[in-house]
Amino acid sequence: MQGDTKNGKCLLAVNDVSVHFGGIVALDGISFDVHSGQIVGLIGPNGAGKTTLFNCLSRLYPCDTGKIDFNGSPLLSIPRHGIAQAGIGRTFQNLALFRTMSVLDNVMLGCHSRTSSGFFANAVRLPRVPLEEIASTAKAGELIAFLELGGVAQARVSDLPFGTQKRVELARALASEPKLLLLDEPASGLNHEEVSALGALIRHIRDELHVTVLLVEHHMSLVMSVSDKVVALNFGRKIAEGTPAEVQKHPEVIQAYLGDAQ
Amino acid sequence: MSRNKLIFLVVLVLVACALPFLVSNYRVFQFTLVLVYAIALLGLNLLTGYNGQISLGHGAFYAIGAYTAAILMDKFGFPYWATLPIAGAVCLVVGFLFGLPALRLEGIYLALATFALGVSMPQLLKYHHLEKWTGGVQGIVITKPDAPFGLPLNPDQWLYFFTLVVMLLMFLFAWNLLRGRIGRALIAIRDHHVAAEAMGVNTSIYKSLTFGVSALYTGIAGALGAIAVQFVAPDSFNIFLSIVFLVGIVIGGLASIPGAIYGAIFIQFIPNIADELSKAAPWAIFGIFMIGFVYAMPFGINGAIRMLLARFGRKAQTGGPGSTITESSLKTKEASQ
Ligand SMILES: Nc1ncnc2c1ncn2[C@@H]1O[C@H](COP(=O)(O)OP(=O)(O)OP(=O)(O)O)[C@@H](O)[C@H]1O
Ligand SMILES: [Mg+2]
Repeated sequence: MQGDTKNGKCLLAVNDVSVHFGGIVALDGISFDVHSGQIVGLIGPNGAGKTTLFNCLSRLYPCDTGKIDFNGSPLLSIPRHGIAQAGIGRTFQNLALFRTMSVLDNVMLGCHSRTSSGFFANAVRLPRVPLEEIASTAKAGELIAFLELGGVAQARVSDLPFGTQKRVELARALASEPKLLLLDEPASGLNHEEVSALGALIRHIRDELHVTVLLVEHHMSLVMSVSDKVVALNFGRKIAEGTPAEVQKHPEVIQAYLGDAQ
Repeated sequence: MSRNKLIFLVVLVLVACALPFLVSNYRVFQFTLVLVYAIALLGLNLLTGYNGQISLGHGAFYAIGAYTAAILMDKFGFPYWATLPIAGAVCLVVGFLFGLPALRLEGIYLALATFALGVSMPQLLKYHHLEKWTGGVQGIVITKPDAPFGLPLNPDQWLYFFTLVVMLLMFLFAWNLLRGRIGRALIAIRDHHVAAEAMGVNTSIYKSLTFGVSALYTGIAGALGAIAVQFVAPDSFNIFLSIVFLVGIVIGGLASIPGAIYGAIFIQFIPNIADELSKAAPWAIFGIFMIGFVYAMPFGINGAIRMLLARFGRKAQTGGPGSTITESSLKTKEASQ
């Protein structure tokens, strides 16, 4: 097994996963592992299948073949709405916020999978409901402070600039206390300083919040600087896997990106 | 809830309590219907305003509630108050079951499916095998309850207060439901259902349950309406009623709790006013009112009132940070209240 041996047990095992859309093979027998405590980069040219893989992990797309194990149990038997509770949080390539809700409410919704009060308990406001609300508010408040969203906590998210909205999405994902965080192009649309801050942020999330990260990113210097391991895809196939240095030198990777640039 | 809001609410309730002693019995009856419609509209607003599921058939749930109450009173001798929880429970179940297949339908397709429900309800009620219960085209006549415990109230006044108490309770439950975990999930489903599901919201269950709860509200309103009108007949619950409910929540203010009351006042009194203005074309006048309201208040009456209060408040406080209210920040507050 490649990658950093200081890391813990295998958290995510993707095994021979394929996805077709009509005639298009979006993923073709993909296999790789992510270990606890790793930051794993997932790279590849446009249309390589990176987002499709994320959508399989979120159960938004069904896998045609293959198997995925998360935290030692089969992921594909968990329903879509159970993924957050199982411990996988994510952000979306094209923002998927709740646009009419405030920043605070967006982040508090992230706590949904860690809370349990139902319709009846809320309607009659059983004593545990306000307690749960206080806990969720506190948790969301911490994340809002952590991501420097304090000034806009009450603002409606659709009024905020793109970069801020991306941080709201990250806060919302972290509110579900994930073991594994899927980040789909977190650097896109950010300026130079924001990108370098993002690198530090991702490391902080791994080191201090103990969240394993799977990172899809086109911004090569970011991926190569934060990742313990990089997996490269092209046309739905895995073309390389290894340390950033190994993958960067891999002839097929160079070929894929040169081909892409032509 | 802020202190000002609470004071405002208390004043409003006091005014509502004084009202039946100040106006004629017929007006008391009309105000009772306002309270009834407010409950129905709140139910529809839960579904359409907050959860984003359009219903063009809520008149059907109103009818089921009304007939449940009428049949229980007329055929089984139930006291009027005992019919409400049963009407609510029946509509909860029917609404939930209708909501399950409706999960496959989005937006305008759901509107069509609910329209089908609304449009077929009068005919179902006339169905001759059910005539034994429903009274067929003739409907069912029920008697108006008297005030209990020797209270010095006439039946109209008593029913008004009874309805007011039920309404306040129903509004309290809805406010509780919407201000916490469930309310956030409902709005999240409306705004981005894929993201809501990815964050752990069981969108199917939530949407069907919301359908059920919405139907429960409208069904309880239907039961109260039947008791107030003392009569149910299939053609009082035609598709027009469903459309008027939708008009009510849009004019009152989508996704707002007080909007249900404003909308109820609109759908109760504007047709009367239109009728007085022109006997020949009251619905044309009603239409003009509707267009006028929508044009002048694009966020409904509730939105307009909030905007006014915000402007007023800003002048009074000479504006600290965060006091600038834009239309969109207004919507956030609405959604989160
Ligand atoms: N829902 C879908 N229906 C049909 N085809 C799809 C769908 N989603 C993805 N695809 C196709 O699958 C392939 C992989 O797409 P995917 O979005 O996973 O690429 P990506 O690696 O995320 O690319 P990018 O870097 O541009 O985001 C593409 O050819 C895309 O057109
Ligand atoms: Mg993508």
